[in-house]
Amino acid sequence: MKKSILAATLLIAGVVPALAASEADFKAAYAAAEAAEKEAGQLRNRWTTTESDLKAAQKSAASGNFDAATASAKEAEALAKASIFQATSEKDRWKDAEIH
Amino acid sequence: MRVRHILRPLAAAIAAAALTCAAASAIAAETPADPAADAKAFQKYFTDKFPKVKYEDFVNGPYSMNEDMRKQWQEIEQFPPYEFALDAGKEMFSKPFKNGKTYADCFPNGGIGIRQNYPYFDEKEGKVVTLELALNRCREANGEAPISYVKDDMASLTAYMAYTSRGKPMSIKIPNDPRALAAYEDGKRYFYTRRGQLNFSCASCHVQSPGEHIRAETLAPALGILNAMPIYRSEWSGMGTISRRFTSCNSQTRAVPLEPQSDEYRDLEYYLSYVSNGLPISGPGARP
Repeated sequence: MKKSILAATLLIAGVVPALAASEADFKAAYAAAEAAEKEAGQLRNRWTTTESDLKAAQKSAASGNFDAATASAKEAEALAKASIFQATSEKDRWKDAEIH
Repeated sequence: MRVRHILRPLAAAIAAAALTCAAASAIAAETPADPAADAKAFQKYFTDKFPKVKYEDFVNGPYSMNEDMRKQWQEIEQFPPYEFALDAGKEMFSKPFKNGKTYADCFPNGGIGIRQNYPYFDEKEGKVVTLELALNRCREANGEAPISYVKDDMASLTAYMAYTSRGKPMSIKIPNDPRALAAYEDGKRYFYTRRGQLNFSCASCHVQSPGEHIRAETLAPALGILNAMPIYRSEWSGMGTISRRFTSCNSQTRAVPLEPQSDEYRDLEYYLSYVSNGLPISGPGARP
């Protein structure tokens, strides 16, 4: 039984191609990334790498490659969220490094 | 997977810092601001860390940390790479605006020998005014367009003004005005706050690691770092202002730089200059 399930899984994985991202997927991912980056900007803590990923996402989308565009947008969102985390966690933590 | 790879070191660094220093943070948060005590502690930190470096020599940045580099620099100083900027700055400074006035009309003592007093806290405006900002305000007040804060003309002008102050001790004042103290504190906070994907603060390089290397670059101590500005940097193949220094440092940590002369940078310059009070102006300088 287990062998047959494994065989079926492998067959499906080999035959069925990964679902391609659509323009709508890209737009949703990009909007989320842009919103996070806007928040990072309000905290005066945007990262250059986030900006690069946003630009890469737009470039890929313009050429119709929504897989790459969606991946770049998701990465941009993750980076923007990390920069927000950094800014909020550094709000008081900077004092730890101060010379006294 | 790639994202996780990028974020893991940042999260680990922040978590470690949080665990080790949470108690100290709670104590520091309640400590009232005392710029004079800050400056004393700041200067002591560097003199303790580098007991062989003469105090006045900290203004020479990486050259105070490394004997071989120092010898090369002394040879370079015989034909200093900033000399062209100095000449250009002198010419610009004395050339009248269209209305017949010059930069000298905008500054105390005709702008000569005053670099050590900048930045200052303007009680009317309630903000810090840097020399670069004052120069552009002078231009605008006389009907001229402002010039770029990060390009050659501004570097040339400040090079000339710094040269006329060489040897004079940095003399930054914090007036008895809570807004001035707040600006100083904001500058300090900016200096110690980690930013950018590399999670570096100004202090990560210039307090915790002066004399160490990042790739081929020897890191300069924060003490006296602005006294040598503006600088000719071989890395830039040209001159750079304090604004250029701040924005390029931010970029190197993968942080998007703020606008030159934003409040944050003005306050940072105020803090960093104040804690170097007493050290001589040595600008314009030359750096690798």
